Amino acid sequence: MAMTDPISADRTAMKVSDEVAIEITKMNKWYGQFHVLRDIDLTVYRGERIVICGPSGSGKSTLIRCINALEEHQAGSIVVDGTTLSSDLKNIDKIRSEVGMCFQHFNLFPHLTILENCTLAPIWVRKTPRKEAEDTAMHFLEKVKIPDQANKYPGQLSGGQQQRVAIARSLCMRPRIMLFDEPTSALDPEMIKEVLDTMIELAEEGMTMLCVTHEMGFARQVANRVIFMDAGQIVEQNEPEEFFNNPKSDRTQLFLSQILGH
Amino acid sequence: MSDTHAQTVAFVRETQIPPAPPPTMETGAIKWVRENLFSGWANTLLTLVSIYFIYQLATFVLPWVLNGVWNTSSLSECRDVLQGVTGGCFSVLTDRWNQLLFGFQYPSEFYWRPSLAFVLLFLAAAPVLFFDLPRKLLIFTGLYPFIAYWLIWGGTILAPILALLGFVVGYFVFQRFVKESFAMGFFGAIVAAFLTWWLGGYVVDAVASEDTLLTAVPSRDMGGFMLNMILGTVCVSLSLPFGILLALGRQSDMPIIKWICVVFIEFIRGVPLITLLFVANVVLAYFLPPGTTFDLILRVIIMITMFASAYIAEVIRGGLAALPKGQYEAADSLGLDYPQAMRLIILPQALKISIPGIVNVAVGLFKDTTLVSVISMFDLVGMIRGPILASTDWNGVYWELFSFAALLFFIVCYGISQYSQWLERRLATDHR
Repeated sequence: MAMTDPISADRTAMKVSDEVAIEITKMNKWYGQFHVLRDIDLTVYRGERIVICGPSGSGKSTLIRCINALEEHQAGSIVVDGTTLSSDLKNIDKIRSEVGMCFQHFNLFPHLTILENCTLAPIWVRKTPRKEAEDTAMHFLEKVKIPDQANKYPGQLSGGQQQRVAIARSLCMRPRIMLFDEPTSALDPEMIKEVLDTMIELAEEGMTMLCVTHEMGFARQVANRVIFMDAGQIVEQNEPEEFFNNPKSDRTQLFLSQILGH
Repeated sequence: MSDTHAQTVAFVRETQIPPAPPPTMETGAIKWVRENLFSGWANTLLTLVSIYFIYQLATFVLPWVLNGVWNTSSLSECRDVLQGVTGGCFSVLTDRWNQLLFGFQYPSEFYWRPSLAFVLLFLAAAPVLFFDLPRKLLIFTGLYPFIAYWLIWGGTILAPILALLGFVVGYFVFQRFVKESFAMGFFGAIVAAFLTWWLGGYVVDAVASEDTLLTAVPSRDMGGFMLNMILGTVCVSLSLPFGILLALGRQSDMPIIKWICVVFIEFIRGVPLITLLFVANVVLAYFLPPGTTFDLILRVIIMITMFASAYIAEVIRGGLAALPKGQYEAADSLGLDYPQAMRLIILPQALKISIPGIVNVAVGLFKDTTLVSVISMFDLVGMIRGPILASTDWNGVYWELFSFAALLFFIVCYGISQYSQWLERRLATDHR
C-alpha cells in the first residue's frame, strides 16, 4: 500500500472570529448514578476547529452529543448560536437544524437514495422546494466528490463514500456548526484520507467544527485547539503545537505516548 | 517472514487465466437430478418411496375430480349419475353457488352490487399495493370504503356521504390546529368528526326518504364468502394503522399513553378471539342503552380489528427494535420532529422488516373471519355447516364443500403471501 500523503491544510485561510458560537458553562451529566461529564466549561468561537481526544469512556462523544441534545444534560447551560438548550422541543429542533452532525457509523438512511438522504431534511424541516433542495444536494455531493452516486442506495457505497455522503447530508441543511463523532473510526485506512480531505476542505471554508477523533495528524494540521478529556473532565486544552510537543499534565503525556508510541 | 526463502517463494502473475465453461455433466437438469434425487442409496430410496406415494394419492384424487358431477340438483340425483363410480358431487357448488358467495338472504336481484364492489376493490387496492402507479389513484382508494358500503348495504346515499364529510371536517380541523400542538389537532379532529356525524345523523334522518336509489339490505342478510371478504378487508386495513399507533404508543415516553397501550395489547392478546366475538354478539348489548341498534357486523369488525391490531402492534414493535439507534439519532440530528422522523425514517424501515410478520397476522386474521360462524353469522363456513349441509338435498356432501372453502381461502391467502414476497424484493435496498 502506498503511503498516504501527509495531510496538508491551508491554515492561513482558516480564520477565527471573536463571535461566540457555543458557550458551555458548568455543564454536568449523569447516567443514573454515574457522573459522565463534570463541570464542563467550553467556549467555542465562530470558525474554530476543535479536536477532542481522550481515552474511551472519557465522555468526549457524550460532550458533543449534548451540544445538539442527542443526550440531555442535568446541570449547567449550553448556549448554541444564542439559543439556550432546554427541554423545550421547539428550541431543540431549532438548534439541531443549525448544527450538523456526523456519526461514527454514518447513519445514512438505507431505504432512501443518496440524493433523497440529502434532500429529506431541507424539504421537510426547511420547507425548501424539491427542485432547489436537489440542486443544493448535488452541489454538496460534488463538493464531497460523489455526484455520480446520487441515485444509488447507501448500501452500494464504500464506507468512505458513505461518510462523505453523511457530511454532504449535514451540509445540505446549511449548518453553522459541524460536529463529528469519530468520523473515521469505522473506516479502512485507505478511506480515512478521503474523509479527512473532505473535512479539511470544510475547515478551510471557515466552518466551525468540533471533532472527536484519534487522527492526530488531522489535529496537528487543522485544529486550532486540541482538548484532552479524561474521566468526564477537560484535563488539558492548548494549541496543537504546544499540546503535542509540550503536554502539561501527566495524564496527557501518558495518553500521547500510548497513541503515538509505535 | 525470514529471508531464507525469499528467492524461491517469490512469484509474480503476468497473465490472466481466461474463463472456461464447466464440464457438461456438471450443468443443467442432469446435474440437478443426480445431485438432488439420486445422490446416494438413501436418497434414491426416498425418491422412489415418494414417487409411490404421489402415485397413490393421484390415483385416489384424480378420478374423484375428473369424474365429478357438476349439474345435478341434489345428492341422490348425483349418486344416480355416478352409479357407484368414484367421483365428486361438485354440483352442490353450482347448485348453491350464489348462497356460498352471498349467503342465503341477500336479495338475488342485487348480487351485482357486492360483485361490483369486489371488482372495484382491486382498483382501490392497486395504488396502495403497487406504489409505482400514479398517486392520483389514491383519491379513489379514499372514496372506496364509502362507495363499497353504499353498494353492499344500499339505503340512502346520504349516510356514506355524511361519514365521508365527518372525515373531511376532521381533516381540516386537524390541519388548522396541528400547527399549535399535535394533541390539540388530533383530539380537535376527533371531536369535530363526531360532532359532524351526530348533527348530520339528525339531518339525514329527517331528509332521507324511504324510496332510495339502492334498496337497503340489512346486515343480518349478509353472508357467504362476501361476509368473509368484508370482514377480512375492513379488519386488515383498519388493524394496520391501529397496530402502528399501538406499537409507537408502547414505545412512548409519556407514561399514560405507554401504559394504556401495554394494557390494551396484553389484555387483547391474552383473550381468545372467540370470547371477544361472543362479547360482541351478546354482552355488548347489555352495556348499550336499550333501544340502540348497534349493527352486529360493526361490532364484530371492532372486535376482530382490536384483536388483530394488538398482534400487529407486537410485530411492528419487533421491527422498531431491530432498527439501529443511529437511525433515530440521525433523524433527530437533522432537526426532523417526531412525526416526521417516524413517518419518513423509522416506520418505512420498521414496516419493511415487519412485512413477513404483518402478512402472517393478516393471513391468520382472514382465516379467523370464519369464526363468526359460531355466533350464528352465515359466512362461507357458516353457510356450509348450516343451510347447505342441513338441507335435504345436500345432506352429507362434506368433501366437496369444505374443499371448495379451503380452495377459496387458499387462493386469497396465497395471493397475499406472493404479494408480500414481491414487496420484500421490491423494497430491498440494503444489498446485504
